[in-house]
Amino acid sequence: MRVSMTVNGKAVSGEVEPRTLLVEFLRQHLGLTGTHVGCDTSQCGCCVVHVDGASAKACTLLAVQVDGSTVTTIEGLAQGGKLHPLQQAFHEHHGLQCGFCTPGMIMSAADLLQRNPDPTEHEVREWLEGNLCRCTGYHNIVKAILAAAQSMRGMAKAAE
Amino acid sequence: MTEKGIGARVPRKEDLRFITGRGRYTDDINQPGQAYAVFVRSPYAHARIVRIDKSSALAMPGVLAVLDGQDVAADGLGNLVCGWLVKSKDGSPMKMGKHPLLAQEKVRYVGDRVAVVIADTYAQAKDAAEALAVEYEELPAVVELAQAHDAPALVHDEVPHNLCYDWELGDKAAVEAAFAKAHHVTRMELVNNRLVPNAMEPRAAIGHYDSGQDAYTLYLTSQNPHVHRLVMSAFIGIAPEHKLRVVAPDVGGGFGSKIFIYGEECVVLWASKKIGGRPVKWTAERSESFLSDAHGRDHVTTAELALDREGNFLALRVNTKANLGGYMSTFSSCIPTYLYATLLAGQYKTPAIYCDVQAYYTNTAPVDAYRGAGRPEASFLIETLVDQAAIEMRMDPAEIRRKNFIPKTAFPYQTPVALVYDTGDYEACLDEALRLVDYAGFPARRAESERRGKLRGIGISCYIEACGIAPSAVVGSLGAGVGLWESAKVRFTHTGKVQVLTGTHTHGQGHETTFSQLVADKLGVAYEDVEVIHGDTEKTPVGMGTYGSRSLAVGGEAIVKACDKIIAKGKKIAAHLLEASEADIEFKDGKFTVAGTDKSKTIGEVVFAAYVPHNYPAGLEPGMEEGAFFDPPNFTFPAGSYVCEVEVDPQTGVVDIARFVAVDDFGNVVNPLIVEGQVHGGLAQGIGQALLEGARYDESGQLLTGSYMDYCMPRADDVPSFEVVTARGTPAAANSLGVKGCGEAGAIGAPAAVINAIRNAIGVRVEMPATPERVWRAIQSSPLAKAAE
Repeated sequence: MRVSMTVNGKAVSGEVEPRTLLVEFLRQHLGLTGTHVGCDTSQCGCCVVHVDGASAKACTLLAVQVDGSTVTTIEGLAQGGKLHPLQQAFHEHHGLQCGFCTPGMIMSAADLLQRNPDPTEHEVREWLEGNLCRCTGYHNIVKAILAAAQSMRGMAKAAE
Repeated sequence: MTEKGIGARVPRKEDLRFITGRGRYTDDINQPGQAYAVFVRSPYAHARIVRIDKSSALAMPGVLAVLDGQDVAADGLGNLVCGWLVKSKDGSPMKMGKHPLLAQEKVRYVGDRVAVVIADTYAQAKDAAEALAVEYEELPAVVELAQAHDAPALVHDEVPHNLCYDWELGDKAAVEAAFAKAHHVTRMELVNNRLVPNAMEPRAAIGHYDSGQDAYTLYLTSQNPHVHRLVMSAFIGIAPEHKLRVVAPDVGGGFGSKIFIYGEECVVLWASKKIGGRPVKWTAERSESFLSDAHGRDHVTTAELALDREGNFLALRVNTKANLGGYMSTFSSCIPTYLYATLLAGQYKTPAIYCDVQAYYTNTAPVDAYRGAGRPEASFLIETLVDQAAIEMRMDPAEIRRKNFIPKTAFPYQTPVALVYDTGDYEACLDEALRLVDYAGFPARRAESERRGKLRGIGISCYIEACGIAPSAVVGSLGAGVGLWESAKVRFTHTGKVQVLTGTHTHGQGHETTFSQLVADKLGVAYEDVEVIHGDTEKTPVGMGTYGSRSLAVGGEAIVKACDKIIAKGKKIAAHLLEASEADIEFKDGKFTVAGTDKSKTIGEVVFAAYVPHNYPAGLEPGMEEGAFFDPPNFTFPAGSYVCEVEVDPQTGVVDIARFVAVDDFGNVVNPLIVEGQVHGGLAQGIGQALLEGARYDESGQLLTGSYMDYCMPRADDVPSFEVVTARGTPAAANSLGVKGCGEAGAIGAPAAVINAIRNAIGVRVEMPATPERVWRAIQSSPLAKAAE
């Protein structure tokens, strides 16, 4: 079956089996290996991408389901060679260790911050329910997301 | 220069590739012509393999090969081995049951490897694996550790009572004598729950046989690529060591589970040759990880503490039954012995200790090192037992600990269980932790919780661990089959840039940053000019890898030694260039100076002279590249005090961690940002063990907790923000950096703090994991609940 979609701003298409998952299409057909697979029950969140602007687990979607959609992966988050504030904050606050859950964490957090630009620590922790990390104990991930939220609010204000 | 040197909170240089999705993990690598492997695993805990009919699977589209245990035997491949020989009380060696790469005759746990299917695509391999016809004759399974001794079945026919070894440590007679005159004995039965490591990246491997070179390459998820190469060559016999390149690229967490040599990685390498040299790739599904990664912990223990009238500890007596699973794993014998019983002194001057350990086979996944490995089990035992003793003796739990601490003036301190602690100040850590948590203010906080209908409790845990593994002669005398030194190479380029090659492996620990800080500091070069290279047996010197919090304490010290050699050679060159005596040259901040003068050469100038030796000392080799090996004279002994405050909802049994204070003595700290991160992660794993995690098999040996829907991993809203202090270090004596190791502390110290806090809240002790159901049931049986009725 033929699928076409926009991935990180580029029109792409490919031949897939009906059972091909979006995450397989991204990793194997497009070589976008930043989206990871950490489980087989859609619990870990390592594969979170944005589909038409909202976060989604790329292991729960078939490639054919997103035919015609717009997909953003971790590789497409930095704009014009400049890191996204979340990427910057994860770096500054040591919000990653082995890095395996990181793309999913950042993509998930990016969706949170577009829905809720000023979350409490509690709201961040609740939002991250669908993303597992085994390295950081979440402490610095939460810290990084709160710091990114603050810096994004500052940027939004400056732009007004 | 020094703003990024030792002690600086430098954000990590490895981050950039990970935050932009450009990390390179094993499954991200694809090779031309690659085929795919899928393993067929046993659905039974214990069964005889009657017949494997490959014909239907071989007839499936795209299938290149179906290989089973008979093919492994026909090719004369060796068995997986346990590399540490433990002897029983009677001097007899442990009974190592055969562990073939693919099962032969019998399967011994659900998930045991029966066959592998290789096909052109992953989907084809998976379809064919499902079509493979395997006939089993099911046997009774040995599942419960407590019943293994008298079970009706034998996991390995040649091992009576399923008993691998019956080992002891300590002076039994002295302990008996102390118990005989004790004022009080505190006795406790404990279960240390079985855990699944769950690094977020599942295991993966790509094996490739190159017939043109008659050489092999294996990409895999490993914490110690050289150890993989050694075992696959020397014991499995797949390839001669010099013809085998093992690469561990970016690795997504390990926690011990990626130390071990498993069958799957060996099989894909061997299979590549069997199918004519196409690369063969295998990536575990998470379900496979649950079934087949080595699990951790799983002890059943009886512990007794003898005390005098004043609450001084007189003696400790421990009996532990340890679960090995269906086979011995790479280091499984030493975890419940030398990494466990040797730590039973804890932070205390208990004069007599005796421990015996019976290790049993069961029809469950193999059990081996998982973050802490033996030390969490020891620490949990001591710290819950001491708490119980405080309650029985009507003493404050902080006070009973203080009374029995090894005083800071007593170091170096010989414990009754073999170890010599080098440095420490246990009281300082406890004082600081109690100050931070406001111990004195706890009754007021408890009263406030009570007004909201909640039960508040506080729990202390003062852990110790042995890190910097390990002095080779010591571990050799105890049965280790390898040396545990570490290696490094420091190489300057013409232009003054530095490549550091290390035998350790980073899979989250941030070595690229920490080692760069170290070298920048030692050699006075810019942090940005240092590149750390690891994980490839063809690039780096032979190394033993990363586990046991050893990378900085052992591997870092090897780097220091290599830097020292660079400086020594640089002095000769500088003396020549400056026309001075070598003895008069001083090196500081990247400059070689003639003492007492302003005549100097930068290290860059000296390095350039070494590579362009037009004006150069006679007889001195050109170039600037030095290697070093470091074998530590002793372990290091990180220690600390953790205090946990919980609030329990008596209606539901839900435990909320209100506060968690961790004060650790890691000796000197190179990068506090990274060290704190290591503590945070360890604490979450420790809290996971205490509250959430537990691998469970049913009576037939089926793993009930085989996915993230059934095995409860700590999530972001299960843990609090932590209060972590790492600045109270007493420098370690075993290395010049004075560093102790920080990777495992959190997982070692946290469980007892949480469980003690719950008991303090509800009045009874709850086994781990203290799930809401267990806590609720405990509350119903608690004297507090009875009093309320």
